[in-house]
Amino acid sequence: MSGGVDSSTVAAMLRAEGNNVVGLTMQLWNQRRLAGREGMPEAVHGRCCSLDDVYDARRVAQQIGIPYYVVNHEERFERDVVRPFVEEYLSGRTPIPCSLCNNHLKFDQLLIVAQQIGAGHVATGHYARVSYDEARKRWLLKRPADLGKDQTYFLFGLTQEQLSRTLFPLGDMTKPQVRSLAQRYGLAIAEKPDSQEICFVPGGDYKQFIDAYLAEQGEKLPDTAGELVTTDGDVIGEHTGIHNFTVGQRKGLGVATGSPLYVIQISGANKQVVVGRDEHLYARTLRARRTNLISVDEPDEPMHVKVKIRHRHEPAPAVIERSGEDEILVTFDEPQRAITPGQAAVFYDGDIVVGGGWII
Amino acid sequence: MQRVYLDNNATTPVLPEVLEAMRPYFGERFGNASSIHHHGQETRAAVEDARESVADLLGCAASEVVFTSGGTESDNLAIAGWVAAGDHVITSSIEHHAVLHACKHLEKIGCEVSVLPVDGRGLIDPEDVRHTVRPNTKLISLMMANNETGVLQPVEEIGKIAAEAQILFHTDAVQAAAKVPIDVRRIGCDALSISGHKIHAPQGVGALYVKKGTRIEPLFHGGRHERSRRAGTENVPGIVGLGKAAQVARESLDRGDDKKMAARRDRLEQGILAHVDEAGVNGEGAARVANTTNIHFDHIEGESLVIALDLKGLAVSTGAACSSGAIEPSHVLIAMGLRPEQARASIRFSLGKQSTDADIDFAITLVPGAVARLRELSPKYKSQVKVVS
Repeated sequence: MSGGVDSSTVAAMLRAEGNNVVGLTMQLWNQRRLAGREGMPEAVHGRCCSLDDVYDARRVAQQIGIPYYVVNHEERFERDVVRPFVEEYLSGRTPIPCSLCNNHLKFDQLLIVAQQIGAGHVATGHYARVSYDEARKRWLLKRPADLGKDQTYFLFGLTQEQLSRTLFPLGDMTKPQVRSLAQRYGLAIAEKPDSQEICFVPGGDYKQFIDAYLAEQGEKLPDTAGELVTTDGDVIGEHTGIHNFTVGQRKGLGVATGSPLYVIQISGANKQVVVGRDEHLYARTLRARRTNLISVDEPDEPMHVKVKIRHRHEPAPAVIERSGEDEILVTFDEPQRAITPGQAAVFYDGDIVVGGGWII
Repeated sequence: MQRVYLDNNATTPVLPEVLEAMRPYFGERFGNASSIHHHGQETRAAVEDARESVADLLGCAASEVVFTSGGTESDNLAIAGWVAAGDHVITSSIEHHAVLHACKHLEKIGCEVSVLPVDGRGLIDPEDVRHTVRPNTKLISLMMANNETGVLQPVEEIGKIAAEAQILFHTDAVQAAAKVPIDVRRIGCDALSISGHKIHAPQGVGALYVKKGTRIEPLFHGGRHERSRRAGTENVPGIVGLGKAAQVARESLDRGDDKKMAARRDRLEQGILAHVDEAGVNGEGAARVANTTNIHFDHIEGESLVIALDLKGLAVSTGAACSSGAIEPSHVLIAMGLRPEQARASIRFSLGKQSTDADIDFAITLVPGAVARLRELSPKYKSQVKVVS
């Protein structure tokens, strides 16, 4: 229970259905930790893990009459989500902390706590569907009724074991339906705005966060400054550090040319940022590692799917095939714009999530 | 659901006789104890009766008792009331946060603070106190019994050292009061804190013994209540409750009820440890108050055990009540040399006057199974078992 409308409504729904419900809030990050450091905002309100949110979650639990506990997983969160987030940026990739949190915290640590306290399932407010397919003898993850809220992109890492213990009660509902249900239950948080940003980066400025975090740790920001080169290899300038860039970025390159320039590639090894024209951003293939398959044990040879390469991306037709022990090669029918290392490639067969992996 | 409460170091239920004693002061006896008229005289008498019974529990004169809002205020009054910029203060690593954080605040205003270590049993070495004294040492603040382990500190020896060096000595006796006899003269302290709700009086009332002749700067400024040591209209019902609870505690100690409680606590401890491997008592080998046991159940998260037990009707805690939702493992157990994971695997069981043999049986039946279940599902335990086999 994050204190938001989705998880609160899930708790109220399950309770109303007569289930034996226990409310848990994961305390993952101390929002006051970096407040005021290196230009970070002083006060943080209405964010996950803030005192306000724990207050809201606790009040909902009290209102619907369920036991409620805060479980602290700050140490694991820092190790498995925050650290990798910082390191990915410093290596020139663009990370997705939400997927890491799902894999390492919400559907790992929280599931363990649930089992330890005798709960059969963990229910969350994610917009996704989970069901058992008799024919395949597998648990399936599917896109939700409200495609605008679809969170399956962040859930591709779930294993069969994890899915078998997971409930997504909002999978068949739209967000407006959820809000009106919350209202009908009389929940005080029914009108609370959706959270948008990365929960531990208040204000959304990840560069500032990296500065503040490393300063707090007593570590120096590694010098990742280097050359700005064209796709032909011509050096056209210098940049301040590879972590300040993301593939497809247009603004803030620090060079003025006649035609618009975009970041095409970031090379962690030689600290180069490659820039070029819009057309250079398009590619037909990508390789994904640290893969997880859900609807199949192994991809058919070669398997036709649709692939989503970032959260806000319309899944595009492609063929997937194994290209290594833990690597899948994705070949799109049409070239895709700004394929970004560090993001996930998630494979869909209709509304079924086939699996996914991390773009290298 | 059957509910058993073994978290009496967090708070205790108000005893029926205490509630009865308080009841008139919510209604017909409502006067301001400072008022001249009949109504004020009535409540003034009640406050002074209560003061005498608290004095009786502590072995001091009634005029040496200052009523406060609780243990935290008593600790803060003793510390802030005596110490000024440039002074040196001696405390220990196992104090309650009411003392530790008050001392941390002192550092901010220009005081020096020495924090003494404890040994593996959780004991402060009086010799450490002696060696830490400096010419500018103004105050020694060391607790009488620890809230997490129940370990009793050598306060009388420390009192002698303080007296020899002519340094003020405050002891936080919040977890000792009503559990062991207290005699402020024998301890040789200049101030001693107690809290109402730890001894079956209500929350929101406490007291500080301040030795006669020691001037203390008040925390609150206002009227001349409590002989100008604590301004503010008295919490009469709370004070009456504290007085009654002190009287009950005194009678109970005289009867030797603490020995019965120790026997129950020992049965609980042994009953659990007989059925759980890789577990042990924190603070073993030291003298402890009769009601507390703190047990480490290796390879589990104490937080999960507390939740699992609560869902089955048993209320216990991982340590100080203020620690819930906090990540830091208990500073007390860490100071005793426990590894962080072992500290996080520790649970405190604390009995109260209302605890029965049936309560102990309930806990003994429940805990070993809950620990086994947690271990079965614990990645830590599995990896440990793999290494062993």
